[in-house]
Amino acid sequence: MEIRIDNLTKKFGDVVGVEDLTLHIEDGEFVAFLGPSGCGKTTTLLTLAGIYKPTDGLIRFGDRVVNTVQPKDRNIGMVFQSYALYPHMTIFQNIAYPLKLKKAPKNVQNEQVRQVANVMGIGELLDRRPGQLSGGQQQRVALGRALVKEPDVLLFDEPLSNLDARLRLTMRGEIKHLQKNLGITSIYVTHDQVEAMTMADRIAVMNGGHLQAFDAPDELYDRPKTRFVAGFVGNPPMNFLDVEVSPANGQFLAQADSIELPLGVERGEASAGHRGTVVMGIRPEDIQIVDEGDVRGEIFVVEPLGREDLIDVRIGPHSFILLADTEKQHRAGELVSLNFDMTQAQFFDPQTERSLLWHQ
Amino acid sequence: MSEPVAKPKSSAALVQSRRNALRSYLGAYGFMAPAGVLVIIFFLIPVAIVLYLSVTNLASSNFTSDLAKMEFIGLKNYQTLLNDQFARKIFFNTIFYVLVTLSLFNVSLALIVSLLTTHIDRSAGFVFRALWILPRITSPVVYILIWKRMMAEAPFGILNQFNEFLGQPTYNYVATNPWVFVVVVNGFIGVSFGMIIFTSAIESIPKDLLNASLVDGSSRMQRIRYVILPLIRWPLLFVVTYQTLSLLTSFVEIQLLTDGGPGLYRTEVWSLTAYHRALSNYFGNAQWGYGSAFAVLLVMIGVVLAVIYMRVFRFDELVAEPRVEAL
Repeated sequence: MEIRIDNLTKKFGDVVGVEDLTLHIEDGEFVAFLGPSGCGKTTTLLTLAGIYKPTDGLIRFGDRVVNTVQPKDRNIGMVFQSYALYPHMTIFQNIAYPLKLKKAPKNVQNEQVRQVANVMGIGELLDRRPGQLSGGQQQRVALGRALVKEPDVLLFDEPLSNLDARLRLTMRGEIKHLQKNLGITSIYVTHDQVEAMTMADRIAVMNGGHLQAFDAPDELYDRPKTRFVAGFVGNPPMNFLDVEVSPANGQFLAQADSIELPLGVERGEASAGHRGTVVMGIRPEDIQIVDEGDVRGEIFVVEPLGREDLIDVRIGPHSFILLADTEKQHRAGELVSLNFDMTQAQFFDPQTERSLLWHQ
Repeated sequence: MSEPVAKPKSSAALVQSRRNALRSYLGAYGFMAPAGVLVIIFFLIPVAIVLYLSVTNLASSNFTSDLAKMEFIGLKNYQTLLNDQFARKIFFNTIFYVLVTLSLFNVSLALIVSLLTTHIDRSAGFVFRALWILPRITSPVVYILIWKRMMAEAPFGILNQFNEFLGQPTYNYVATNPWVFVVVVNGFIGVSFGMIIFTSAIESIPKDLLNASLVDGSSRMQRIRYVILPLIRWPLLFVVTYQTLSLLTSFVEIQLLTDGGPGLYRTEVWSLTAYHRALSNYFGNAQWGYGSAFAVLLVMIGVVLAVIYMRVFRFDELVAEPRVEAL
């Protein structure tokens, strides 16, 4: 089912939940809504579910405008962070609930519930009650309940947030696998950018009720269109530095205090056209500690992550987060030289926070 | 202790451990004391006095300042009561009054009001609920006077003034339909208790659960039936049981509205009879002993019902954990 959201606004009194959101989601696509709490992603999801009515704008499922359509008539399945299983029903009754409301015959209910339960690997739990299940099992039941009515659209509201890290990893893979197999158009709300990056075909990054970007994960990562996107996507986050960019010897130079970084023509021209300082962004993996280099700094702190070390290097008043091989055994206080891969640097307008490199 | 062999405790140690146990008990009893004193003074002692009075013939007609002359007559009062030609009518009146008021108002209307006010705008819901609490917080005398003045014959009754204006005959509505008013007047008061309990129970159901039900395909009515009502089962049972007992013993409103009439015992209930016999006899003879027998029977019925309820609905579990939260 293709979903077209056009100029959607949802207000609660004077409080804006989401404003002027336009998104077109392809049939069978897996889209993640990513953003910090209060960014409007859950509001948008609940509006798609029909729990909230849009204040303005249009929502279409296929050709049908669903603005005022009741949730029950939208044929959607939804999975909640809290699982939202009915505590007074058995697992069987929980999964059968959507079918019961559809008045499906008992034998059909029985068959479909068992089929879904087997797919979800909870076949032997059908007689239990939600309270007797672990978090992971409950989430499987919730997923089963959402799938059993063969929905046109699947909505996920931070479904993995209450699970422990290990289980989250497994479920992440399973949900993605299941979604690809069934080909159901899915919208997945999360504040965890790793979840969004790993699972989604496209990510809608939201902040303060506004859509920041809507792109494929690698596109968001490599070509962030706003400073917010650049800072929110990626872990550890991108380093930002206010620099002045000026031409020098047929090339360009990005400069901040004692730091001078040579810049290629393409990026240099795009950012030097801007008067005064611009915001430069550079990802931790694009900064290396080298034996010889022009930029020298002091290691402020080393955080071992196991596979690599997260290192905070201070250069004058500026701080850079970067990743280094654990075998190098860097220590706090050590003086090091840094190499910046400026072909990967991003530049943003300090006022509008839009990218100077990638325009819409 | 260095001594490895267990010896019988010395008497000093025994006294010491008993003293410790006593001290810990004292703490517990200390905290219970204020409530305990109230229960003893205002419940247990009166019950004991009434129990004693119910086996005497004490009445204003044979009352002397020498209470020692009060005659012990055993179960004679109870015998009289069972042979009382009106006891049967009053007994069924009581059952009728409790069942009808309870089912129509204290439970059903309370449930309807809480469901409606939790499905509309929050602040509007709050206003409606606040209005429904008015009968409860108004003084019973004022509240009953309002009803009587509304329903009284012209020119006093407001409704009858319309009838008069339209040239229709006028009635004293309370006198023509006493049961309707006894039930409605008490019911309006009774709604507030269930309403408060049900509303808080409904509002403590997690929002996700309610949304999930809609998304799963239920209408709002189906959601009430399949999700909300099962989830507030315990508060429902609690209100049913608690309000049965409370209706069984309530009589002030009936006394003020109809005083058991019109006619002979038309709307008289058991607790009102106890009052009438003991304290407000028409013939001026206050039969303290006989009235006490009525009261004792009522207390016994109440205690039996309470014990049954506590067993059947396992009140200890209800108190142990809040049911709605235990999801």
